[in-house]
Amino acid sequence: MQLDSKVPSGPIETAWDRARFEMKLVNPANRRKYSVIVVGSGLAGGSAAASLGELGYNVRCFCFQDSPRRAHSIAAQGGINAAKNYQNDGDSIYRLFYDTVKGGDFRAREGNVYRLAQISLNIIDQCVAQGVPFAREYGGTLANRSFGGAQVSRTFYARGQTGQQLLLGAYQALERQVAAGTVTMYPRTEMLDLIVVDGRARGIVTRDMITGEIEGHVADAVVLGTGGYGNVFYLSTNAKGSNATAIWRAYKRGALFGNPCYTQIHPTCIPVSGEYQSKLTLMSESLRNDGRIWVPLNKGDKRPPSRIPENERDYYLERRYPSFGNLVPRDVASRNAKVVCDEGRGVGETGLGVYLDFADAIKRLGQRTIEERYGNLFDMYYQITGENPYEVPMRIYPAIHYTMGGLWVDYHLQSTIPGLFVIGEANFSDHGANRLGASALMQGLSDGYFVIPYTLGNYLASTKLDKVPDDHPAVRDATANVTGITTRLLNTKGRRSTGSFHRELGRIMWEYCGMARNAQGLQTAIGRIRELREEFWREVRVLGTHDEFNQALEHAGRVADFFELGELMCIDALHREESCGGHFREEYQTADGEALRNDAEFSYVAAWRYCGENAPPDLHREPLTFNYVKPTQRSYQ
Amino acid sequence: MAAQNGHPPGMRIILHVWRQRSASSPGKFVRYEAQANSHMSFLEMLDVVNEELIERGDDPIAFDHDCREGICGSCGFMINGEAHGPLSGTTVCQLHMRHFKDGEELYLEPWRARAFPVVKDLAVSRSALDRIIAAGGYISVPTGSAPAGNAIPVAKDKQERAMDAAACIGCGACVAACPNASAALFTSAKIAHLGLLPQGQPERQRRVISMVAQMNAEVFGNCTNIGECEAACPKLIRMENIAFMNRDFLRASWTTRGDSMRRVE
Amino acid sequence: MSTMAVDSRLARGLRFYETTLGKKAIMAVTGLILFGFLIAHMIGNLQVFAGPEALNHYAVKLREMPALLWFARLVLLISVVLHIVASVQLWGLQREARPVRYARKKNADSSYASRTMMWSGPIIAAFVVYHLAHFTWVILPGRYEHLKPYENVVYGFRQPLISLLYIIAIAMLCTHLYHGLWSMFQTLGVAHPRYTPALKRFAAVFSIALAAGFIAVPVAVLAGVVG
Ligand SMILES: Cc1cc2nc3c(=O)[nH]c(=O)nc-3n(C[C@H](O)[C@H](O)[C@H](O)COP(=O)(O)OP(=O)(O)OC[C@H]3O[C@@H](n4cnc5c(N)ncnc54)[C@H](O)[C@@H]3O)c2cc1C
Ligand code: HEM
Ligand code: HEM
Ligand code: SF4
Ligand code: F3S
Ligand code: FES
Repeated sequence: MQLDSKVPSGPIETAWDRARFEMKLVNPANRRKYSVIVVGSGLAGGSAAASLGELGYNVRCFCFQDSPRRAHSIAAQGGINAAKNYQNDGDSIYRLFYDTVKGGDFRAREGNVYRLAQISLNIIDQCVAQGVPFAREYGGTLANRSFGGAQVSRTFYARGQTGQQLLLGAYQALERQVAAGTVTMYPRTEMLDLIVVDGRARGIVTRDMITGEIEGHVADAVVLGTGGYGNVFYLSTNAKGSNATAIWRAYKRGALFGNPCYTQIHPTCIPVSGEYQSKLTLMSESLRNDGRIWVPLNKGDKRPPSRIPENERDYYLERRYPSFGNLVPRDVASRNAKVVCDEGRGVGETGLGVYLDFADAIKRLGQRTIEERYGNLFDMYYQITGENPYEVPMRIYPAIHYTMGGLWVDYHLQSTIPGLFVIGEANFSDHGANRLGASALMQGLSDGYFVIPYTLGNYLASTKLDKVPDDHPAVRDATANVTGITTRLLNTKGRRSTGSFHRELGRIMWEYCGMARNAQGLQTAIGRIRELREEFWREVRVLGTHDEFNQALEHAGRVADFFELGELMCIDALHREESCGGHFREEYQTADGEALRNDAEFSYVAAWRYCGENAPPDLHREPLTFNYVKPTQRSYQ
Repeated sequence: MAAQNGHPPGMRIILHVWRQRSASSPGKFVRYEAQANSHMSFLEMLDVVNEELIERGDDPIAFDHDCREGICGSCGFMINGEAHGPLSGTTVCQLHMRHFKDGEELYLEPWRARAFPVVKDLAVSRSALDRIIAAGGYISVPTGSAPAGNAIPVAKDKQERAMDAAACIGCGACVAACPNASAALFTSAKIAHLGLLPQGQPERQRRVISMVAQMNAEVFGNCTNIGECEAACPKLIRMENIAFMNRDFLRASWTTRGDSMRRVE
Repeated sequence: MSTMAVDSRLARGLRFYETTLGKKAIMAVTGLILFGFLIAHMIGNLQVFAGPEALNHYAVKLREMPALLWFARLVLLISVVLHIVASVQLWGLQREARPVRYARKKNADSSYASRTMMWSGPIIAAFVVYHLAHFTWVILPGRYEHLKPYENVVYGFRQPLISLLYIIAIAMLCTHLYHGLWSMFQTLGVAHPRYTPALKRFAAVFSIALAAGFIAVPVAVLAGVVG
């Protein structure tokens, strides 16, 4: 299949304008006649549903939480980037574009990234007008901070709750449309299949999570904003409900999956404390500005940190990266933590952790300053671990945080199935092989507020769509498929809980497809995942019935998809014989242990097509060309 | 499970959990014994109980949760008559077992309010809160029609106060804790958040009239300024906001001209 | 979603009262009026310490300006009725809002007074009826006579049971106002982190002072200081 990115040719600065001008418009009077399904109420889905409703389309919006306001975007802490250059420190659309392409380790599509940087300006205006209480200066103007090692201050934030406030803005706009009658909201309703008619996406099949009713919804177009799939690792910073089911079932209906192996690992999370651990909690990266990261010099040194003398400590980041020290990018910091722990020098009960020490900072700046800067984070740490970081060093460990991969989409955010649009973290996104901090919120809102309204309209205006009856064979087929899966899960009546399978899958993924990967390990993983998946379908025990509120059943369905997705991630990681961004192949590294890209052979998007139950997926390449930002080797020495 | 991988010191907790199959069916307390340890979060303790229930072939306990970081507002139930449990300013997902004693006996009940029908066990439906927002808890600014971000300056203290109110996570603990099952704290938090900002002024009067009407239509109790809500709120939303709402409501009731009010069915 | 026009004064007034906040505002205002009356009444009562003439004269004085007296009575009556009707309606709503009670319920940091307004209130109401029969209509058995408040009071409070009953009622009134006087401000939208604590103190001081002023009389009579 030829993958056409549809990025307009010609100067990148005017590409989006030209694209918009060329798009067909839907007559306002006719919009009501078009029905659009938006799956997801996060920053991407919520903003899309609200904006499409405003335009007058007949929108149905779905989410699995009991309220659209609880989408996982709510958890984003740090902030959102925009090239406003309010700080007069030399930022510009071009610089944000440049930083994002470089940060993505030259595996992102230039056209999309440039548009993202342009739209970032409108996003801030829109959110401010909605009443998002961004931090302000005394003069009443918007405040900024520098984030994730960026050299300019372009990050807008609302305390440590930026995602929450942005999402509430979108949620309120959405509820406004619900009241206006343009959007119908379906909370606690899970999408379990995609309805494809004559090669076009024409609806979805859902399960009402309270009554268990399985229902087909037909529409003229479907938009997926269903978030990331980090939970394939079981332990991640994602919410417990975050899942890949929507995009995975779309993949099985023919949508190509882009760069599944690109996952981002966040270096500063609270370490695992035991088998029962249910999720990992992120601690803002800003902690690395003042904290010093170290482990004991000698392996197996179990003395309490206070009793380990200075000369028996190894400040390994400062040692290896004199110029950047503790502020090296996420992936570098994470990998080094893994290395020292693998050497047996990890700290804490599990030995999977490193110290983040504020003793010096407190000596230098005084406890007051540290309190002002990190008070809430220290409290959170104390609340979870029961240890006081003002006295004992924090323990941190990397955790899965974000998935750059997702369904492949073109410049119009349309997948390879016409009429199926994918936005936010769910698409393979504008972040290439690694995402810069504070850029995901930007992308979600850009997609939902400012891209989809045009591109979706263009699709509807330029496509002849005849009515699909509710009992169309495709609808019945998809509904039957869903019922089949549900019944199969309930009838397996095995001996193992879904949770135990999920944890085991997570361990395999983390071990072989996590921070550092190698061919042999990935092969092992593929084998183990297949075995585990077979055992799952033999041994899983899902209690209760299909026609009631059944959280175990929901979980089982999601884990079933994670097995298949996990395998695809390993296949992709195995095929990509280079290291780039979040994908680090041990075989491909520079002398000083840096990711070693192979632009000659791998400067492309790997988009995989589903070829049936046990057939290997086939690979389609979208070549990446860089006319503006010339690929260079990252170095943080 | 956790019991086996022993460290740190395990603890035994006696649970009396409200089990109710669906909104229509009757419910009752059922006794369970949980093997926990002090590092676990409360929900992780319930996870362990559920794992054991599944092994035994019993229906696991249903409870809402998602982020487990105290920000999404999904979780929440009563622990010995306290919304989100004994720790102030904390959601139940952020509550850890080290705050309980070995052998302690705990009663877990769902939020109880007519506007919050039980979905199953400890999970309830809080859509009534969404409808209150839909009635006017927003600023009408169609996508694309916004002025430049810095066009309207916002005094820092105003913005900080707005942020304090905006921190509400919509968990419903205020309703659950209020002896009158009143949603005054939740509703007033949104009214204050938007009413404090210059951007929120144009719709200020209509907003308060409509949201209060919706709050009443959902059959929440009235507020008699008891203050249990404030004590239970995981985000420490202040009762001051309720006064703000009352003030705005009085003003709006007598100054609005032929303006119209929204109702959400 | 249906939009309805807010039109005529009456309609608007009714719609205002329909809402919980409207009823609450009415309760606050009427509560304030009743409170005002009680202050005056309490001060009036203290005249017993000035001897029979003073108090009896006061009673007669009041009767000499019927217009004022009846206007005041009318206002009081309307206030009491509105206050009670609103409170009873809201109380009904509260019950409706929580059909299933909690098996266990802890109260974190709310005052006992705030949670028992619906006990203290009705008790006060009942007391007032008794009290009117006692001193205003003087229809209770015993040596009571019209327009002789001093004698009536002394005679009445000489009987410990009656004094006790008064003291209990006044204690109820005290708790009612202990919460009510502050709640009133909150209801009318007066709150500020800096002044709210002061308002609470105001409520405590005044409710206790008022009660003390009232209770002083039966206590004084029992102690033989008066009479
Ligand atoms: C802890 C944390 C902190 C972060 N901090 C930042 C930050 O500071 N800055 C930044 O830019 N990014 C940050 N991110 C990343 C960013 O928050 C996410 O990438 C982004 O919010 C994703 O938004 P979304 O709308 O695509 O998906 P989500 O917000 O995850 O929304 C997914 C929606 O889809 C629905 N859904 C999913 N599956 C189904 C289904 N099968 N059926 C029906 N509905 C379904 C869900 O109900 C939900 O409404 C952070 C992420 C995490 C985990
Ligand atoms: C001398 C008589 C009374 C006085 C001075 C009085 C005063 C007050 C005041 C000032 C309030 C606060 C109002 C508010 O917060 O908005 C109040 C509340 C209340 N009153 Fe009364 N009241 C009296 C009698 C009664 C009676 C007879 C009843 C019941 C039948 C009653 C029931 C209530 C209730 C339930 C409240 C709670 C409402 C609230 O706290 O907001 N009161 N009262
Ligand atoms: C020790 C306490 C009190 C004493 C000695 C007292 C005494 C009296 C007397 C003598 C009268 C009759 C006056 C007259 O008819 O000339 C009276 C009237 C009245 N009292 Fe009291 N009273 C007391 C407490 C209260 C309390 C607590 C309340 C209300 C909660 C109250 C409410 C009234 C009312 C409503 C009237 C009728 C006023 C009128 O005539 O319109 N009193 N009181
Ligand atoms: S006000 Fe507090 S308790 Fe009520 S919903 Fe909001 S966060 Fe929850
Ligand atoms: S507890 Fe209830 S009475 Fe009002 S102050 Fe809070 S809502
Ligand atoms: S689970 Fe999100 S707040 Fe508790």
